[in-house]
Amino acid sequence: MGAIRLQQVSKSFGTTAVIPTIDLDIADGEFAVFVGPSGCGKSTLLRLIAGLEDTTSGRILIDGVDATRLPPAQRGLAMVFQSYALYPHMSVYKNIAFPLKMAGADHATIDKKVQAAAGILNLTQYLERKPRQLSGGQRQRVAIGRAIVREPKAFLFDEPLSNLDAALRVNMRLEITELHHTLKTTMIYVTHDQVEAMTMADKIVVLRAGNVEQVGSPLELYRSPRNQFVAGFIGSPQMNFVEGAEAEKRGAKTIGIRPEHMSVSRQSGDWVGTVGIAEHLGSDTFLHMAVEGVGAIKVRVEGEFGLHHGEKAYLTPDPAKIHRFDVHGMALG
Amino acid sequence: MARRVTTQRKILFTAFGWLFGLAMFFPILWTAMTSFKSEGDAIASPPLLFYHWTVENYVEVQSRSNYFLHFGNSVAISLGSVLIGLLIAVPAAWAMAFAPARRTKDLLMWMLSTKMMPPVGVLVPIYLIYRDWGLLDTVGGLIGLMTMVNLPIIVWMLYTYFKEIPGDILEAARMDGASLAKEIFYVLAPMAVPGIASTLLLNIILAWNEAFWTLNLTAAKAAPLSAFIASYSSPEGLFWAKLSAASTLAIAPILILGWFSQRQLVRGLTFGAVK
Repeated sequence: MGAIRLQQVSKSFGTTAVIPTIDLDIADGEFAVFVGPSGCGKSTLLRLIAGLEDTTSGRILIDGVDATRLPPAQRGLAMVFQSYALYPHMSVYKNIAFPLKMAGADHATIDKKVQAAAGILNLTQYLERKPRQLSGGQRQRVAIGRAIVREPKAFLFDEPLSNLDAALRVNMRLEITELHHTLKTTMIYVTHDQVEAMTMADKIVVLRAGNVEQVGSPLELYRSPRNQFVAGFIGSPQMNFVEGAEAEKRGAKTIGIRPEHMSVSRQSGDWVGTVGIAEHLGSDTFLHMAVEGVGAIKVRVEGEFGLHHGEKAYLTPDPAKIHRFDVHGMALG
Repeated sequence: MARRVTTQRKILFTAFGWLFGLAMFFPILWTAMTSFKSEGDAIASPPLLFYHWTVENYVEVQSRSNYFLHFGNSVAISLGSVLIGLLIAVPAAWAMAFAPARRTKDLLMWMLSTKMMPPVGVLVPIYLIYRDWGLLDTVGGLIGLMTMVNLPIIVWMLYTYFKEIPGDILEAARMDGASLAKEIFYVLAPMAVPGIASTLLLNIILAWNEAFWTLNLTAAKAAPLSAFIASYSSPEGLFWAKLSAASTLAIAPILILGWFSQRQLVRGLTFGAVK
């Protein structure tokens, strides 16, 4: 079991309120991702749940039990750090065994669990090595192994992939998602990368300046962002925002249209513009266009599209997929 | 481009290095050489480079005073004070490095400031306290005093080493269920071994060579080697050869310790300089 509930949780450092007040529910077995720009308080929130920081006010319930004042070790949670935080003087085996040793487990149990974890994470042949003899991906797996053996109520991941190179990041992303399917344990994952959030999460929590902007499944957030911030943060490439006449025509201060929700034509369309930069990726073509009376617009077209710098093109936004926002940036129904 | 090093430059710098090294080592060498001279040869001017070697000074020194008593006192005082110092300083440095408060920096500065005062400034009060408490000329009394004298340096050194250790790793230990004591014992201390070792060595050397307090607070029973040397520059007149023999005997143990631990010492003193 690993249901986590935050009630009116707040955190201040001195006079600075990093997290004003947050209420949040994470169900047992859920994969929740905290996402937001750097400095939005997502790591602080995770550390509050872990017990590495004390809350200024509010309560943290783990499986219905008030854990607000419990030390980290007694909360039954395991954490994977961005820097891996392996013990450099211990072998991989001893690293993974450490939490069990601290819990006073006997040798036979420790060995069985370490071997099992090493098996799951493909670390069996590295058990005698020191962390410095491992690659970044292997180190991260050791850190995960150390978390697994504790059989925690929930796993906490603090930007675990940001120190890895791009290719490895994609692999580890899949491995962690796979692990979630295998263990079915609650996972809370902090990242600033919305692609990680979209691909891994059951539930995304978008944070800005310590406030929850929106909570929902990846597709809910993609389809119906509650405000302009979420609309801009979720989805890649970023949503286009248009103000002025085009927005007023639709009864809004600002309208938003995703790059993939426009059709491009050489002959006709609602908007006309000039191609600035065309990025041909093979699978997609990204066009950065200057549109008359609208402004800079980014468009995504599937497959090859033979438009190049300086050429003229017509755009037609899909009317059903235009998002409208009021003066406060809140979505209009 | 790599810096070009010509052979001439190499020879020049090597020669300079040796010269400098020998100049630093010369007093010790000269003391050791003098200790094997007769008293007459020892004061000869110009100094003699070739002379009749003799061990009579060592025999004389051992017959006049009990070297091993003073040696034992030195070991007890330096090792005892540094070990007690470490026991106090490790948790203190932990707190300052990993759980700093608003005034931690000031506290560190204040601790160091106690080293800025000349010891003679507190001689009278400490002497009176030691007299009233019956601590004069006791090994225990000196261990306590040397612990306090060197504690600021021990804390400072450990603090510097601990600052180099990523806090994440200690937090990981906390998440893994380690109590504070276990966190320090299993994670912090092993990672800081080079730093702790060099702190230990440097402070043993400092305590071993400390002379002001040992001369003022001990007489016969608790006198360490520094006091033992001093007893040879006595009212009877200067006996260079015997004084040198006593000095050689006093510095030999610490020299040997330093020789064997120099790798550790250098590693500790440059710890964290290169990641």
